[in-house]
Amino acid sequence: MSTTRRTPDAADADHRYRYLDESGHLVEDPPAVTETTLLELYESLRFARAFDERAKSLQRQGRIATYAPMAGQAGAQVAAALAMDDEDWLYPTYRDNAAKFARGVDPADVLALLAGHEGDGDADARVMPEYIPIATQLPQAVGAAWTGLLRSGEPEYATLATLGDGATSEGDFHEGLNFAGVFDTPTVFLCQNNGWAISTPTERQTRSETLARKAAAYGVEGVRVDGMDPLATYVTVRRAVRKAKDDVAAVADEPADPEAVAAGPSGATRPTLVETVVRRFGAHTTSDDPSRYREEPDRSGDPLPRLETYLRGRGLLDDERVAAVGDRVETRLEAAVERAEARETDPTAAFEHVYAEPTPAVDDQRAELERLYEEYGDRVAGERH
Amino acid sequence: MSGADVDPDDRGSEDVGEAAERAPTHDRDDADAEELTLVEAVRDGLAAEMLRNDRVVVLGEDVAENGGVFRTTDGLLEAFGSDRVIDTPLAESGIVGAAIGLATHGLRPVAEVQFSGFVYPAFDQLVSHAARLRTRTRGDLTCPLVVRAPYGGGIRAPEHHSESPEAFFVHQPGLKVVVPSTPRDAKGLLAGAVRDPDPVIVLEPKRMYRATNERVPAEPYAVDLGEAAVRREGTELSVFTYGATVESTLIAADDLDADVEVVDLRSLSPLDRETIAASVRKTGRAAVVHEAPRTAGVGAEIAATIQEEALLYQEAPVERITGFDTPVPLGEAEDYHIPAALRVREGLREAVEF
Ligand SMILES: Cc1ncc(C[n+]2csc(CCOP(=O)(O)OP(=O)(O)O)c2C)c(N)n1
Repeated sequence: MSTTRRTPDAADADHRYRYLDESGHLVEDPPAVTETTLLELYESLRFARAFDERAKSLQRQGRIATYAPMAGQAGAQVAAALAMDDEDWLYPTYRDNAAKFARGVDPADVLALLAGHEGDGDADARVMPEYIPIATQLPQAVGAAWTGLLRSGEPEYATLATLGDGATSEGDFHEGLNFAGVFDTPTVFLCQNNGWAISTPTERQTRSETLARKAAAYGVEGVRVDGMDPLATYVTVRRAVRKAKDDVAAVADEPADPEAVAAGPSGATRPTLVETVVRRFGAHTTSDDPSRYREEPDRSGDPLPRLETYLRGRGLLDDERVAAVGDRVETRLEAAVERAEARETDPTAAFEHVYAEPTPAVDDQRAELERLYEEYGDRVAGERH
Repeated sequence: MSGADVDPDDRGSEDVGEAAERAPTHDRDDADAEELTLVEAVRDGLAAEMLRNDRVVVLGEDVAENGGVFRTTDGLLEAFGSDRVIDTPLAESGIVGAAIGLATHGLRPVAEVQFSGFVYPAFDQLVSHAARLRTRTRGDLTCPLVVRAPYGGGIRAPEHHSESPEAFFVHQPGLKVVVPSTPRDAKGLLAGAVRDPDPVIVLEPKRMYRATNERVPAEPYAVDLGEAAVRREGTELSVFTYGATVESTLIAADDLDADVEVVDLRSLSPLDRETIAASVRKTGRAAVVHEAPRTAGVGAEIAATIQEEALLYQEAPVERITGFDTPVPLGEAEDYHIPAALRVREGLREAVEF
């Protein structure tokens, strides 16, 4: 395949809101982000990087199934997740493991799922199961956020739903944003515009100049930010989360950088569409071969070295601390792999949790499989067992 | 142009020589059959129908530049150009809705839904419109649309990538549903679908995409929709199946100490009731095998058909060997859900020994 296209984000850097330039130097006065949060951002990003690499290698070895890497996008994910409050809910896609980990999801659970063991989402961490049918999370995140308004007239918690650029083409994107606008729900739509939906470039998704702009027509604020700058993403999402809940007035006093507000009524309404401009460094998933449709992508501006440079400059990191973070990350990851791989396939697990009470048909069929399994063991499953 | 003007046999321009040279598997210089996998045969069928009729267009997510996530449409963009092989926005309702418009106005769209699990945004367009346009306009407007979708499990895919949703579509009057199980039929049924005057859903068993090779004729040919194929003749038991379970059923039939007939339905709507009834009248016993959940699955319709058409010949109840009434489990567990040869054999044994 000879036709390759430019990465759509190459030409429009000036519309993006950022604190750190590509080499990690401040271009604005530093934002009010606590040192604890800055270090948490860093460690979460380091973990995401390590997990991504390990998952790709486990997939190559056949130890997990198809994996959607996050390289280039983990900064936006981690920043958004850490900008949420504990009571808020995350509605993630299949690519958002970094956000899930930052909210406390156990990486062993994610690896186990990738290895084919049921069990997704984490109600304690307030993280929904990953959404694979594109954009379906959006109306649901709106409904979840709306609950508080209907129950008590006040937002009880915000929801943050992630989505890709491709997702903005689905009907559920429209329906979700429209409901959010009409009912003024405390919802943050976190779009990671990585320029591609598998092989389809963003300019094949929309003629709109930016994705953030789409918010305006719904009466939703639209903000465009450099998603590879974790600081700018954190500040933007933090503001959106506060605005979503009862801080509309407070936030109105500190509007987003006017450069950043691409569209919509700044500060006046609860929902926000945050377009983080990111790059997908690698393949769509481990099943994808991007050389068929694009040139080698620009991998500059990687959020991890960018943040590290900044934190070293501020004296929050030095070689020793960087190494200590690396050790903690490795230990945590090793333990997760070990726990995930200890899981075994249970042929009858599929019959559980289909209904609160199994139906007679489900019970009969389970008994049927159990009878065969008792007699033939794994041969019931065919040649591969 | 209104739908009424469309000649279903319109061959479009005769000047197909140049495209023919560029068409992916049409660079064969003889008319001989070639060994193709099922996925190659779908591609060959698409190219053949596109050459035959320049109104045939292919559209969907990642079908052009990338050649489809399974490479089903690989090379078609180069051969036929970007007005006939079209990467769309990520929007199934948009794809199918637009394809309905194209079909009504004289084109022959073949829309790809990347996985059958993602067809639901388009469900409204299919059941509320594609299926009913002919009825609502008393035949004035028609919708000769093809929707292709890979379906079924067995490739260790993530959630929503392994389902078998055929019963939803079979249940909708006005839609036709076909399922190839072999490379030859993949090409022939696709052609039959493209040439059919009504909307047809082609569900392609993705587990079989690269599982076998078969000699597939180079020239265009169509399998008539609604005709089952007897894959193995027998006198003691009739087994009705389709898609990827044809293979496990044939293995099971070989394994069993009985003379088993295996019928590949190929078309689920319309259903070949005549072949089903004739087979059961001959054998007196029947079983159905499919991967989809049992409750209200296609097997239930077959059992009812047998009961209506061959009751007095039946020596045993119709045995159903199917996926369970649960979501398709992930990972290795899917192999217990999809009827493997041993499970099929045990089911067939019940029917024989009843
Ligand atoms: C409704 C639906 N259609 C198609 C797919 C297949 N699919 C999986 S990911 C993907 C591209 C998504 O692109 P985007 O929304 O930009 O997110 P990204 O993967 O780039 O993070 C497609 C088409 C799907 N999962 N769901």
